[in-house]
Amino acid sequence: SFIPPALRRAEGQKRSRQSDFGVRIPRPLGNGPSRFIPEKEILQVSKVDPRTQSIFEDAFAALGRLDNISLVMGFHPQYLESFLRTQHYLLQMDGPLSLHYRHYIGIMAAARHQCSYLVNLHVNDFLQVGGDSKWLNGLDGAPQKLQALGELNKILAHRPWLLTKAHIEHLLKAEEHSWSLAELIHAVVLLTHYHSLASFTFGCGITPEIHSDGGHTFRPPSLSQYCVCDIANGNGHGHLEERRGNHQVSEVSGEVEVLMERMKQLQECRDEEEASQEEMATRFEREKTESMLVATAEDEECVPSRDVSRHFEDPSYGYKDFSRRGEHVPTFRVQDYSWEDHGYSLVNRLYPDVGQLLDEKFQMAYNLTYNTMAMHKDVDTTMLRRAIWNYIHCMFGIRYDDYDYGEINQLLDRSFKVYIKTMVCSPEKTTKRMYESFWRQFQHSEKVHVNLLLMEARMQAELLYALRAITRYMT
Amino acid sequence: MEKMSRVTTALGGSAISGRTMFCHLDAPANAISVCRDATQVVVAGRNIFKIYGLEEEQFVEKLNLRVGRKPSLNFSCADVMWHQMEENLLATAATNGAVVTWNLGKPSRNKQDQLFTEHKRTVNKVCFHPTEVYMLLSGSQDGYMKCFDLRKKESVSTFSGQSESVRDVQFSMKDYFTFAASFENGNVQLWDIRRPDRYERMFTAHTGPVFCCDWHPDDRGWLATGGRDKMVKVWDMTTNRAKEIYCVQTIASVARVKWRPERKWHLATCSMMVDHNIYVWDVRRPFIPFATFEEHKDVTTGIVWRHQHDPYFLLSGSKDSTLYQHMFKDASRPVDRANPEGLCFGLFGDLAFAAKESLISGDSNRKPYLGGDRRYPIFFFKKPDLTEQFAHVSSALSVFESSLESKRMDWFVKTALLYLLGGKPFAELCDHNAKVAKELNRPQVSTTWTMLRLMFSDPANLSTPGPNNISKLGNLPLMNSFSMKEMGTESRLDRSKGESRQDNIHLEPGNSLINSNNDENEETEGSEGQAEYMFGDAELDDDDLYSMEHEIQAVEEQEYTLPQEAFPLRHEIMDNPSVPEHLQQDKADSPHASGNEAEVMCLTPIESLSLIAISQPLFSPHLPSRFFCPVVREMLSHYAEQGDVQMAVSVLIVLGDRIRKEIDDLTQEHWYMSYIDLLQRFELWNVSNEVIKLSTCSAITCLNQTSTTLHVNCSNCKRPMSNRGWICDRCHQCASVCAVCHHVVKGLFVWCQGCSHGGHLEHVMNWLKSNSHCPAGCGHLCEYT
Repeated sequence: SFIPPALRRAEGQKRSRQSDFGVRIPRPLGNGPSRFIPEKEILQVSKVDPRTQSIFEDAFAALGRLDNISLVMGFHPQYLESFLRTQHYLLQMDGPLSLHYRHYIGIMAAARHQCSYLVNLHVNDFLQVGGDSKWLNGLDGAPQKLQALGELNKILAHRPWLLTKAHIEHLLKAEEHSWSLAELIHAVVLLTHYHSLASFTFGCGITPEIHSDGGHTFRPPSLSQYCVCDIANGNGHGHLEERRGNHQVSEVSGEVEVLMERMKQLQECRDEEEASQEEMATRFEREKTESMLVATAEDEECVPSRDVSRHFEDPSYGYKDFSRRGEHVPTFRVQDYSWEDHGYSLVNRLYPDVGQLLDEKFQMAYNLTYNTMAMHKDVDTTMLRRAIWNYIHCMFGIRYDDYDYGEINQLLDRSFKVYIKTMVCSPEKTTKRMYESFWRQFQHSEKVHVNLLLMEARMQAELLYALRAITRYMT
Repeated sequence: MEKMSRVTTALGGSAISGRTMFCHLDAPANAISVCRDATQVVVAGRNIFKIYGLEEEQFVEKLNLRVGRKPSLNFSCADVMWHQMEENLLATAATNGAVVTWNLGKPSRNKQDQLFTEHKRTVNKVCFHPTEVYMLLSGSQDGYMKCFDLRKKESVSTFSGQSESVRDVQFSMKDYFTFAASFENGNVQLWDIRRPDRYERMFTAHTGPVFCCDWHPDDRGWLATGGRDKMVKVWDMTTNRAKEIYCVQTIASVARVKWRPERKWHLATCSMMVDHNIYVWDVRRPFIPFATFEEHKDVTTGIVWRHQHDPYFLLSGSKDSTLYQHMFKDASRPVDRANPEGLCFGLFGDLAFAAKESLISGDSNRKPYLGGDRRYPIFFFKKPDLTEQFAHVSSALSVFESSLESKRMDWFVKTALLYLLGGKPFAELCDHNAKVAKELNRPQVSTTWTMLRLMFSDPANLSTPGPNNISKLGNLPLMNSFSMKEMGTESRLDRSKGESRQDNIHLEPGNSLINSNNDENEETEGSEGQAEYMFGDAELDDDDLYSMEHEIQAVEEQEYTLPQEAFPLRHEIMDNPSVPEHLQQDKADSPHASGNEAEVMCLTPIESLSLIAISQPLFSPHLPSRFFCPVVREMLSHYAEQGDVQMAVSVLIVLGDRIRKEIDDLTQEHWYMSYIDLLQRFELWNVSNEVIKLSTCSAITCLNQTSTTLHVNCSNCKRPMSNRGWICDRCHQCASVCAVCHHVVKGLFVWCQGCSHGGHLEHVMNWLKSNSHCPAGCGHLCEYT
């Protein structure tokens, strides 16, 4: 199991001792770390893989906890290692920002997506490192310097393409409340990290930690099956959906084979039929426009719970498809500003080592493969991974000159696109049904893999816009 | 042969002339290239593809190659190259993966000649063969390099780097068949154009992507590479293994590198991000650029020497949409602005001073330095070259030896060793120190000590600790005050307070039972708050604790060090709050816990406090000692300013509270720091530690609490345990398990040096009370002293 036996024993002792004194014992509400994935399967991973086990041990020993996010990521130990190393560096190691600032920025970013899971986690951390509890009453309670960051947070989370060097200038030239460049880079990395982590949290249906709100109950187990977290997220109809999901499975068998067949076809016919340049450009535009038409969930206005919304302003501001209202935003060309060439250098210059860590993480996420697809082995999934990555960047208006966007249409079906779009643009609306309705024959570990890909692609997209704005400010 | 003749004509013809000039482009440039005769330059970018003529005074737009209603992505160029043999031939690398050739000789407006769309990803680089007309090489993001014969519609051969994206490809200038390729993962490969199956050699040149490489135009084996790691490296490829012969560290990732024609050691670089300048380096002098061009307002994306045999003209294109021609004579020379003086102290107080020769030459008073020629040129000499306009730099180095008096710091060492700073009554300390100073022939200091004794000590030297204690009790919780006061009186009566106190409890149950119990409980359990209170207060608490120890184990001599363990013990306390009494036991025994000695030695704030407390101000009936304070303060400042910070600190410590409040904390801290620094330079670690211990500045005392790390090895796999002391990263075993209770030991760990088994201090102790063999069952007869 994932907790060393000695620790578990200590934990047990503590709990039993408490019960002797008549202390109320919290009971976990959710079943396991994720609402979408059966607990058994997640715990199985760490039993089998000694590497996962050792990463878990490290994580536990460093933080004194093993959060549900790490548990779910345990499906992919290589990635998890890189992820934890980066996160640890961002939050704990030397850096321009003080510790409580870092956690507060984490709270701000997660709150933007109403991710109460991350907010709760970091409220605890924030208080632990000596943060002022007044700040938690809302952004108004925080120093002006952090308030100024609210705007950047908002734009970055929902419409990063609107970021200009004026925004950066506004932050850097605010007299006594101004940010230094290094601090700003640190803040930007934190913001993007937590925006994308919020996507992952919702995308994998991470359940609240036992010690945070909504993660536990003091009721005795038999009284009711009432589940706070489900209500908070509007997903109380799990059972119903599950049944419906099972019903549909029979119809979709063969989905994987179709997908593989398409990949093979694309691989073969690519050399023969070469689309014209105009055609390629239109394909990108079409994919971009189409991505906007992909409806994100039930479009009901989700009112954020008050508890979380106080950490940010302007709750109505959300993802708006660019150019929907005719505001034309020039396409971001990766060939002109890429992470590898430009972003890396800028980050590493102002916040040493982080560029390297992020670079490793991106590469890890992009190149991760086990050469399997559902039950098939030895499949080259490069094409599929590239399609997913580029589709997400496409949603943010980032274009790869050397990519044929027609491939996306071939490889990603509609329900998958809905899931991607929801998870990346308004993750709080992700539902269990969405999670279940795409790639129905794939394994949970593969879906988590997809989630990692989505998360990192999103983070890179946001980072690219932010770093480009900073570069423009600097020149 | 043909090439040779052309070269001579080019040089023999009218010399290139011009000036520093620029023109605006419509869009940012990605790359530039010049034609062989240096009269035209092509600029390529995402939205620009133009040819400019280079004239005396200006650039003149000659041709716009970007034609058509809706320019396709084939025009979006990542790189461009003008053929050096065929002046009508150009090649571009497009961001969408196409390789395009252009024939300027075509009559139509569209000059596009061939289109190769074999690469799947962006093509980063194209390169013509330097002597072969029809041979073109390309390197792409998809990890392949392709060689094209322009007479054919398809590539002739494909080279797979097997290691990520290709960033640059360059034909060797001298080896007909060889080309170099640099990769995003830091590798550089050498290929033979005839053998597409496998590279000839590969080596890792940089960490992170290698953005560019360039063969030396004259020296056959030299290859310069530039990478994201901000370095330019020059490799000698003639040897068996590529050998790094020069390395230049720049301030930003290196996007392009180009050897300077006709100058063996020079190369030009520009960066990918942040830094907009172009630097020309002399690789032998990698710390300062030889010349800098600072004209661009955004990153420079392309640099090229205008003519392959002319070192004075450099062309550059930039993201700021300008095209520049730089004249070498207009370049700024960072050397001129650099500070040419250097100053350094040697180990034995010698002083070395380097400066421009011109500055020193007037001075005739110097003696030749024994170590060699005193006018030792530090910087290399440039061969006087009028065309280079390069300042002749040479410096002179002077070394000033310190005189034989260099041993004069002996007094400092001796004084530091002999001074007594605490542990005795104030008057004795003064007397002792005065004697030390006198013996070292420092009468003034000696007299000062004597004066201090007279000023501050009371002739009727009868100490009355009682009142002091009571006054100290003022800030204790009221609950404790009762028993404390009692203790205070007791302490004067006899030394065996332990018993008397026990008696006290038994004899007066109605009076102070609760208080005493409270008192005892707190001490034995050692909650954190209580622990602090013990540090913060006087020796009586300590006595109190000794009294308990007497009952358990009579370790007379160790008594004074006992409270020191308070710090390490606190970890233990937190682990096992429910085990009563272990605190005392630990206290009694921990001096023997060999493994912890290092820690114990460092954490001794208590002792200092108790020692200082001995020298409480004693109110004299006549002149209040406070009367002297201003004088003493001035005296201390005087010593400190004279450089004798030793005296200042010693007096400060000996006088303790008498003077402490008179001098502001910052000054005190400053003195302490200086003195400690001096002591450590003389390797007087013990003295420095004592000073730290005795100091009353919080900033100083905490020095002792840094670097108290203890490194341990795992008992299973014998490797060092990096992260935590109790679980091994490698073998995932809880390494330090108590042999008695089999739980992990997280605090104090005691072990037998014979069999290396051990465990919780109190467990092992209890075990050895009744057993003589090792608890682990290894059969060793553990001794426990």
